[in-house]
Amino acid sequence: MIQKVPWALIVFVAALFVPVAGSRYYTFLANDMIIWALFATSLNLLVGYTGLVSFGHAAYFGIGAYATGILMKKAGVSFLLAFPAAGVVAALFALVFGFFCVRLTRIYFAMLTLAFAQIVWAICFKWNEVTGGEQGMPEIPYPSFEWVERVAPWLPFVGGYKTSEYFYFLTLLLVAACLWLLRRVVGSPFGRMLTTIRENPERAEFIGVNVRRYELAAFVVAGIFAGLSGGLFGIFNRGVFPDFAYWTKSSEVLIMTLLGGMGTFFGPGIGALVLILLNQQIVSYTQYWPLVLGTVLVVLLFGFPGGIAGALGALSGRLLRRARGA
Amino acid sequence: MLEVRDLVKIFGGFVAVGGVSFDAPRGSIGAIIGPNGAGKTTLFNLITGHLRPDRGRVTLNGRDVTGVAPHDLCRLGVGRSFQRTNIFPRLTVFENVQAAFVSHRGRGWNFVTPVERLYHAETRGLLESIGLADRAGEVAGFLSHGGQKQLELGLALALEPEILLLDEPTAGMSASETREAIRLIAEIARERGLTLLFTEHDMEVVFSIAERITVLHQGRVIADGPPDDVRRDEAVRRVYLGEHH
Repeated sequence: MIQKVPWALIVFVAALFVPVAGSRYYTFLANDMIIWALFATSLNLLVGYTGLVSFGHAAYFGIGAYATGILMKKAGVSFLLAFPAAGVVAALFALVFGFFCVRLTRIYFAMLTLAFAQIVWAICFKWNEVTGGEQGMPEIPYPSFEWVERVAPWLPFVGGYKTSEYFYFLTLLLVAACLWLLRRVVGSPFGRMLTTIRENPERAEFIGVNVRRYELAAFVVAGIFAGLSGGLFGIFNRGVFPDFAYWTKSSEVLIMTLLGGMGTFFGPGIGALVLILLNQQIVSYTQYWPLVLGTVLVVLLFGFPGGIAGALGALSGRLLRRARGA
Repeated sequence: MLEVRDLVKIFGGFVAVGGVSFDAPRGSIGAIIGPNGAGKTTLFNLITGHLRPDRGRVTLNGRDVTGVAPHDLCRLGVGRSFQRTNIFPRLTVFENVQAAFVSHRGRGWNFVTPVERLYHAETRGLLESIGLADRAGEVAGFLSHGGQKQLELGLALALEPEILLLDEPTAGMSASETREAIRLIAEIARERGLTLLFTEHDMEVVFSIAERITVLHQGRVIADGPPDDVRRDEAVRRVYLGEHH
């Protein structure tokens, strides 16, 4: 059975070998993908599972990036604290912004999330003393990895790697853990309640679901994981900049979610992978990358409304049936 | 058990419900009838908290529940089904009913337990009693219209209500489906000792099971009593005959 193959485990193990097998460039690319995969999956908790389309999810990505960045660079706090802080700070903002957003529905909800994200962006852009303003905050330090070589040189994959490669391993482990947690949330009773809201909010109310409160909780959980991905991204990017919270980032992550398929858990992650790969490949051939992207999206939305993951699922289903029939 | 007193709802000058009062005693089966636009659905929405009345009071077991939000009201023992079929279309039949159990029993804030494990026996049992046990794995949106109506009844029953409000439970059903559905509803109501209040178009259905009929016309009650009295009522005859001539 295709469904029984532990795809997530296979991808995880394969990803472990990227620094060994590939060049530094591929490690860099893979690191980028992994972080965006978490960002897109966090958005999908809202879009795919709760039926709330947020146009401002980059706000929490940016907030997380600044939280970790400021703590590590300006306060010299260890990554061990600065990373979870990204989630905590993003959660607080998501709680406040979400409180207002979930009072609106559909397009009004989307516009308000966008408005809050633009406010976050504007503050990051102007508040020179704290955020570095327009110039952003370059040179966020990597977490220290010396202790790993000192304490546990016997671990696999330890020894002889560059700091950026250690950071890749760290990212991979943390994102895998976050995705595992998100998966638990999605499959929990809480996740099922979110699905009933997506399917039919009016009816959900009348099986006793406090729709607004659940939507707010989903908003906060999505914010936490967006914040964590932002925290990682700031370090990976060697700097935090106001455009992390800009609307183009929100639309980028929304495109990944749609491209990969919001109907499945791993769809948005696949979307992140494919979009970044396409971007890298096509940009080297043509400067009209947005045109190509637009075309791909149009084809996908009309031809495969379930996204890449949806199309793959349908294909594997058909192959299975054919195999059985033969 | 349910008392409605002098409910008024005005939509921009149009009096949708203009001072309606009636009682639904415990264990009774009551029907609300009236021509199209008489205010039946609005009245239901006022009782179940979807709309806030401009005036008047709804009490449930002596407790004032006027304007209580739907998600709170259904914890107080009010179950409801809707005129337009109202289910969770892309979940399976089983998942639909299971979700209702999870929500009603306050397990919705659990973030870690896999939901599959919860309320299996309860869900199976309920599907059995509404006649959908063999369709449990099907996607709810693919059920026939009658099947979806049955499922909706299941969602309402999962809340273990004391009183069940059904808005046109047989809307869009064929004659045979209607008979079957009504038999099922009456049977379940009797078994569980439910108070039943429903609106209905089909007069045959109404007079076959209702113990008490409230007739609405232009937002007001024009008759209220046992079927035989209502059948003989002058005002009711005028409204219904007037509609057909």
